[in-house]
Amino acid sequence: MSAAFALTDLDLARLPGRRDEDWRWSDLRGLIRQPVEVSPELDRPAAPGGAFIGLARDEFVFANGQLNDWPQEALSPALAFHLHDDPGAARMADVMPMAQLAAERHVGPPLHILTVRAGETAAIRFRFISRATGTGHHLRLGVMLEAGAQAVVLESYEGQGEDYLANVALEFYLADGARLERIAAADEAESAISVSSAEVHLKPGAAFAQTLLVGGAKRQRFETQISHPGGGADVRADGVYLVGGRRHADLTSVVTHEAVDGTTSQLIKGVARDQGRGVFQGRIVVAEGADRTDARMGHHALILSDRAEVDAKPELLIFADDVQCAHGNTVGRLDEDALFYAMQRGLPPEAARALLTEAFVGEVIDRVEHEGAREAARTWVSERLGGG
Amino acid sequence: MLSISNLHASVEDKPILKGLSLEIPAGEVHAILGPNGAGKSTLSYVLTGREGYEVTQGGATLDGEDLLALDPSERAARGVFLSFQYPLEIPGVPALTFIRTALNAQRKARGEAELSAPEFLKLAREKAQSLKIDFDMLKRPLNVGFSGGEKKRMEILQMAILSPRFLILDETDSGLDIDALKIVADGVNALRGPDRAMLVITHYQRLLDYIRPDRVHVLADGRIAASGGPELALELEREGYDKYARAA
Repeated sequence: MSAAFALTDLDLARLPGRRDEDWRWSDLRGLIRQPVEVSPELDRPAAPGGAFIGLARDEFVFANGQLNDWPQEALSPALAFHLHDDPGAARMADVMPMAQLAAERHVGPPLHILTVRAGETAAIRFRFISRATGTGHHLRLGVMLEAGAQAVVLESYEGQGEDYLANVALEFYLADGARLERIAAADEAESAISVSSAEVHLKPGAAFAQTLLVGGAKRQRFETQISHPGGGADVRADGVYLVGGRRHADLTSVVTHEAVDGTTSQLIKGVARDQGRGVFQGRIVVAEGADRTDARMGHHALILSDRAEVDAKPELLIFADDVQCAHGNTVGRLDEDALFYAMQRGLPPEAARALLTEAFVGEVIDRVEHEGAREAARTWVSERLGGG
Repeated sequence: MLSISNLHASVEDKPILKGLSLEIPAGEVHAILGPNGAGKSTLSYVLTGREGYEVTQGGATLDGEDLLALDPSERAARGVFLSFQYPLEIPGVPALTFIRTALNAQRKARGEAELSAPEFLKLAREKAQSLKIDFDMLKRPLNVGFSGGEKKRMEILQMAILSPRFLILDETDSGLDIDALKIVADGVNALRGPDRAMLVITHYQRLLDYIRPDRVHVLADGRIAASGGPELALELEREGYDKYARAA
């Protein structure tokens, strides 16, 4: 193995922290003070599991940052899976420091790339399992959709250890007319630090939609950087965070509209209970000349306890003249009138709260296009909110 | 059935009900009329247990059981139903899901078996039809984007499905045109029976042409100022509430 450390002394100084504007609510530097050893490789295939079990024909399992299991000879003819020797370095390193670290510190082959062939359709599942205690692991993975390809990518982040650091860096490339729906469900250990960074590159006419379901960890961040070419390309960048206990979840995204005629829609909903903390940072940039851009962003959160916290920074940076942009941001409590109404009809207080909270989050789930994943997402939410 | 004695209640320390007493035996429909601010809605909220309505004296029992000691859902499970003056919108919850969840919560609280999805759908279809409610409307989030009249009809539908024993109708006629009013009244009348009682709260006599009360009470300044038969409602229609307001 090329490195015995997931994070060396030198890396510690490069970790993003509270002085970095984009990380001030999700400080890692203050949290990780010692070098972190690399997590061990698993010696056998992981048992079946994860949020989207049974929903995809092709399933790739990564355990502790390393490829653990994949279909090999049984791989769908729509797909090609290969190693990429040229890491291409992290082009977005300055904006995604954790992705940069993943590129440098990742153990094993530099980059796995999964390609969906032109015009083909695929359902793909990635399981990112962390079975480690006190160690760390990085992973890089690329997904490429050739022209006209269509795919759904289902990611489950499965924590099976304690105090680990899991760092995943993904790259998505969508050629002309390709359509990708990405749905991720994160269930990390409460003591874990987990970062998933994704960069998304679209060509005109492509469509990228994502729904992130994030349960939080000691520190958890999902970051998505999308370069939007306009030209009829469409982006949906949704998410749900549900944090209880002392969990922390951060959904950060940047969508940059680079040319005319692009659409972006974003709906994030969060629920913070106990001492949970939710963070939303959403930025939509409309570059000079990216006229006729239509971008909508909404972030709405419920705070269900006095000690829970939600921090939100929605930003629209518009450098073009002829655009339609809107954003809405609300943080509040459950509507007491609606609660009384539900109880008057017979729902006990806890059930009434769960029903209304699920309904609040449900608006995001309804936007998931893949039917099986939509129901799995609904179940994921329902189980975490204690509803029926 | 329902017995209210010397009930005093305050909202934000302001006394609203000031010694209200009322007996509504099973099988009877009682109407309460009164001017704005008399405490009509407060009475309905106190009986159903809404937060912020504080009982300072007196009590209310349903079949001898202290109603005020129960939380709103426990009262619902015992058969207390309030048709809201302004029914709430519940985004994200289809009407069918909401009603089924409520019905099964009530049944569970009473120790009855929950209704299966097909059993429930059959019941809902039947009741919707009798209230001339388009069944597809029940697949939409409850009351979201519904007109005032549709919301009221949805209340009556819930009433028909939940089959409560003690019904409170709070200004159920407001926002209804005459056709909708007839449908709603038919729905309410269908629930009349020897084991049920109703309290109809209204501003105007009009509703009482369709839901004939056995007794009529005038609520003024937080207590019952007069009681009588249906003729009292007609008298109020002619003469207004002035003399009760003055007396109070």
